[in-house]
Amino acid sequence: MSEIRENLRYTTDHEWAEKLSQPKKVKVGITDFAQNSLGDVTFVELPEAGKSVKKGEVIGSVESVKAVSDIFAPLTGKILSVNEALNDDPSPLNTAPFEGGWLIEMEIENEEEWNQLLSAQAYEQHAQ
Amino acid sequence: MTRKNIRFPLSIEQSRPGHTGFSLPSKTIGAVNEIPENLRRKSTPGLPELSELQVVRHFTNLSTANYSIDSGMYPLGSCTMKYNPRINEKTASNPKFLNIHPRTPDKFAQGCMSLMYELQMCLKEISGFEQISLQPAAGAQGEYVGIRMIRAYHDLKGNHKKTKILIPESAHGTNCATAVMCGYQVVPVKANERGILSLETIKEHCAAGDIAGIMITNPNTVGLFEEDIVKIAKHLHEVDALVYCDGANLNAKLGLTRPGDAGVDVMHFNLHKTFTTPHGGGGPGCGAVGVSARLQPHLPTPILLKKSDGSFEWDTNRPSSIGSIKDYNGHFLMMVRALTYIRELGPEGIRKISRDAILLANYVRVRLGEAYHVAFERPCMHEVVLSDKKQKGHGVKTIDIAKRLIDLGIHPPTIYFPLIVDGAIMIEPTETESLEEVENFCLKMLQIAAEAEESDAFAKYFAGAPKTTPTTRINETKAARDLVLSWKEL
Repeated sequence: MSEIRENLRYTTDHEWAEKLSQPKKVKVGITDFAQNSLGDVTFVELPEAGKSVKKGEVIGSVESVKAVSDIFAPLTGKILSVNEALNDDPSPLNTAPFEGGWLIEMEIENEEEWNQLLSAQAYEQHAQ
Repeated sequence: MTRKNIRFPLSIEQSRPGHTGFSLPSKTIGAVNEIPENLRRKSTPGLPELSELQVVRHFTNLSTANYSIDSGMYPLGSCTMKYNPRINEKTASNPKFLNIHPRTPDKFAQGCMSLMYELQMCLKEISGFEQISLQPAAGAQGEYVGIRMIRAYHDLKGNHKKTKILIPESAHGTNCATAVMCGYQVVPVKANERGILSLETIKEHCAAGDIAGIMITNPNTVGLFEEDIVKIAKHLHEVDALVYCDGANLNAKLGLTRPGDAGVDVMHFNLHKTFTTPHGGGGPGCGAVGVSARLQPHLPTPILLKKSDGSFEWDTNRPSSIGSIKDYNGHFLMMVRALTYIRELGPEGIRKISRDAILLANYVRVRLGEAYHVAFERPCMHEVVLSDKKQKGHGVKTIDIAKRLIDLGIHPPTIYFPLIVDGAIMIEPTETESLEEVENFCLKMLQIAAEAEESDAFAKYFAGAPKTTPTTRINETKAARDLVLSWKEL
């Protein structure tokens, strides 16, 4: 039912991470499964660009008509930029969670952590 | 008569210059001249101008668009709307209670103080605590007082490394806010596969020595009794941490088990949930707290005491108290109502509250257990959690079931809470509903489950529901995304 993209890595907290062309640069968002469970998102609280974060740290929140959920840093590193457009209109989180609904771009510290993220297959099993 | 999407004009839209519902003597108007020029309004405040009859009709018409406990069942029980017996209002409107001033000298207020003392004794007997304070203005403040006292306990002992509070994921949502307001970090605790806490998990969390206490809701939000509460409390005490119990689900325990006996150190009572005072949306209410001997010194001041000659006095000499939390002595008329309920029922009746509440919740669980997925398939306490698991495949979700129920004439239960159950439908009939009413609710729920299985069910029954109410399905997302907070923005 929910879309899972082959080229991405995932966390058990239903976030995705995508390696960008520049080295160590990663884009992060919530999965299609997450947006389906949350329902219509009404508000997003994003971290500040430039902040250093540890893997697993709470860096923001997503508020929907049903509940408020934390956003966790999927990897350790520095936040390079955040998707400011979501502050005015959070609807891409529901309509395009893998594209216009991205949350942050970060520079990661450690390749090991990237390798520990779930593959598409492993995430599919987790989300069932 | 079906009235669809009638937009009631706002009072400001009905306003016409010069309409009034009052007449002031000219002398009062003259007094305006005594107000210094710089303090006078430069323009009128922009309030609606209406006659008395227009105001009466405006609010009466609005009330006909509402659903109320006087017109039908609320299957979300004590949490939101439990019936308030009329006799409570009769006693609370006695002029001797109604008109007493909070600054009346103690010697002229002995009757009211005696009533408060009696309520304290009743709550003490029901809960098994050492002492009660009736001061907190509502449940939320009671929670705050509870954790503030835990903080005071640790501060006094110099336990500065205890910076965290354990909060089960099956506890009430407000608990986290309370812990943070008192300066604690929240550590979420997962329930086991049976939906309750296990001692082993608690022990692991306590091992680092930084846990100040735990906030337990018992029965928890999935309606299950925390069977290991005594062992959990004992372990917490061994590591010098305290046990807070959220009293919101006390409705399931009256006369059956006492939190004080189980080792709980502090609990707040929601008098509006358990003891049928009005639900006020944040007050004025009464969030009385009960404490064990460990927290007795930290209770808010003043404390109501009975002297050896039988008279009552306020004790303010309490050096370890967290201080006063509410002006005067709390909301007295709520106490009158709660004591009325307790005295009307008596000890046997009090026991019957919880027995009936538990029985009715289990009736719902069994009656709907085939048509709906039950989150935990075993006897529950006063509430039961279902989900939309069996309906989702047909394109019918919890929100659709809830909205369809409105079309069938019943207020929906709590939905999408607790969060640990996907698509939760939380039902609490309470002791105040008759079996016939509860059966009627179950029949409507069974009808909905049957409808969901028909071909093209969504378009036939659920799309756009409710359709029979003065206001049909509202766009909750738009309401949250495009906030309109003033009529001026309409």
